[in-house]
Amino acid sequence: MSGFLTVAGLHAGYGAGRVLHGVDLTVEEGEVCAILGPNGAGKTTLLRALCGLIRTTGTVRLDGADLPRNRPEAVARRGVAHVPEGRGTFAPLTVEENLRVGAYTRRDRAAVAADIDRVYGYFPVLGKRRGQAAGSLSGGEQQMVALGRALLARPRLLLLDEPSLGLAPLVTRELFEIIRTVNRDERLTVVLVEQNAHLTLEFADRAHVLETGRIALSGAADDVRADDRVARSYLGIGG
Amino acid sequence: MADFIQQLVEGLGSGAIYASLALALVLIYQFTGIVNFAQGELAMFSTFIAWSFVQAGVPFWLALILTLAVSFLGGMAIERIVIRPVEGAPELTLVIVTLGLFILVNAAAGWIWSFLIKDFPSPFPESALHLGGVSLNYSTLGVLGVVAAVMGVLYALFRFTKIGLAMRAVASNPASARLSGVRVGRVLALGWGLAATVGAVSGVLVAPVLFLEPNMMGGVLVYAFAAATLGGFDSPLGAVVGGLVVGVAETLAGAYVGAIGSDLKIGVPLAIIIGVLLVRPQGLFGRAAVERA
Ligand SMILES: Nc1ncnc2c1ncn2[C@@H]1O[C@H](COP(=O)(O)OP(=O)(O)O)[C@@H](O)[C@H]1O
Ligand SMILES: [Mg+2]
Repeated sequence: MSGFLTVAGLHAGYGAGRVLHGVDLTVEEGEVCAILGPNGAGKTTLLRALCGLIRTTGTVRLDGADLPRNRPEAVARRGVAHVPEGRGTFAPLTVEENLRVGAYTRRDRAAVAADIDRVYGYFPVLGKRRGQAAGSLSGGEQQMVALGRALLARPRLLLLDEPSLGLAPLVTRELFEIIRTVNRDERLTVVLVEQNAHLTLEFADRAHVLETGRIALSGAADDVRADDRVARSYLGIGG
Repeated sequence: MADFIQQLVEGLGSGAIYASLALALVLIYQFTGIVNFAQGELAMFSTFIAWSFVQAGVPFWLALILTLAVSFLGGMAIERIVIRPVEGAPELTLVIVTLGLFILVNAAAGWIWSFLIKDFPSPFPESALHLGGVSLNYSTLGVLGVVAAVMGVLYALFRFTKIGLAMRAVASNPASARLSGVRVGRVLALGWGLAATVGAVSGVLVAPVLFLEPNMMGGVLVYAFAAATLGGFDSPLGAVVGGLVVGVAETLAGAYVGAIGSDLKIGVPLAIIIGVLLVRPQGLFGRAAVERA
């Protein structure tokens, strides 16, 4: 099996409720991989399973080595950054403190300071609000903080769970463009979970459709966009 | 006027002791969502350890430092052994566990050191500082100084260190902190260790006033609860301010409200708890959720 991130036969759920029924997935290094699917398909559960937040069976390998199970802090230290659904904001901490938590595992202080400035370069509004409590920011700004926090870990793999949720279309587009920029400039591999299929397929290299806990369809983003089933179910095209 | 200032300073002195125990309660509540009913007993146990050091001939301040170190390790051990297994359990379970810990620690102290009261040395001179008609006991000033130093150290820890930042992140959103690579288990243990240390300071400071015995901290715990409720259970600053206010209110009520006197002043914290819960349940400094969705 080749691939930067390889997932095979992944099962996961919550207590007795099984949600993922054997997910197989390969993500190549440096690509933006979209995971589409209806509400409740298990997209969030898949990301949680990848980063060890819930119990799983099956294999998850990053760059050829198994990721630790049930220990999200250890997975993070292996270079996986996860922007969770709901953004995971540390509300009482300032914007800058939120970013510094993202750099928690790093020791290179000077480089961290430079990376914080780089995030302010991507999102100037965060620079202006660096001393403000992150919980007082708008939803879009908090999503920027979450992305910035993830980038400060200097990850090799970035997992994003519905970053567009609750954001105005323009803000979403701006956010996606930054994600694309980071992906290109740093060869950062991105797994992007979304319900917003239109915009996502425009930005992604490859796409996978998750339906009731299984991958129902995979392919290059353009091919997936052209697929009849996807067009009908997720793009609101055709009949 | 001179009398009033004197009462005020005395009140601040007791308040500082309540503040340090309240701070211990708040620390644990912030990190684990647990109201630790055993906090006072842990402080009492630490005080007995300090007493044993002093009995063995260790100079007071060295004994204090050793006691704080032992308390820190003890707090971490309790988190690992007693609290970790019930992590995430329903609130009632956690309350029962800390009550169990209360009884266990109390009984253990009685078994080791007996229930006979003991004199505990005060590290401060008996005399007083005279300032234009006001005489301030060095013991009161000393208590204020020690508590101020502890607060200063904690403030610096939370504000200026990486581990302090991680601790605040865990208090705010443990799952998210974990995703950033913070080892949350270690932070929780550290929180219990710090709380036990801060609590130990309150025990050592109050013991010379109250005499040392296993039930010494019962009353102090009630005042600390009043302080934490007043300041807000999720605010360390609130715990400190709350402690000082409670101490001053108690002292002034005892001195100037004839009907209360020294017998009824234990009613003051109860009145404060009920009043705050009715008027402003999150406390003076508590967060009424600034989050936006
Ligand atoms: N914490 C949880 N406990 C129990 N069931 C859950 C939990 N989170 C999600 N589920 C269930 O798992 C299924 C998949 O949910 P999720 O992964 O959030 O889907 P998606 O992100 O694709 O909308 C749903 O049926 C949901 O009800
Ligand atoms: Mg979801």
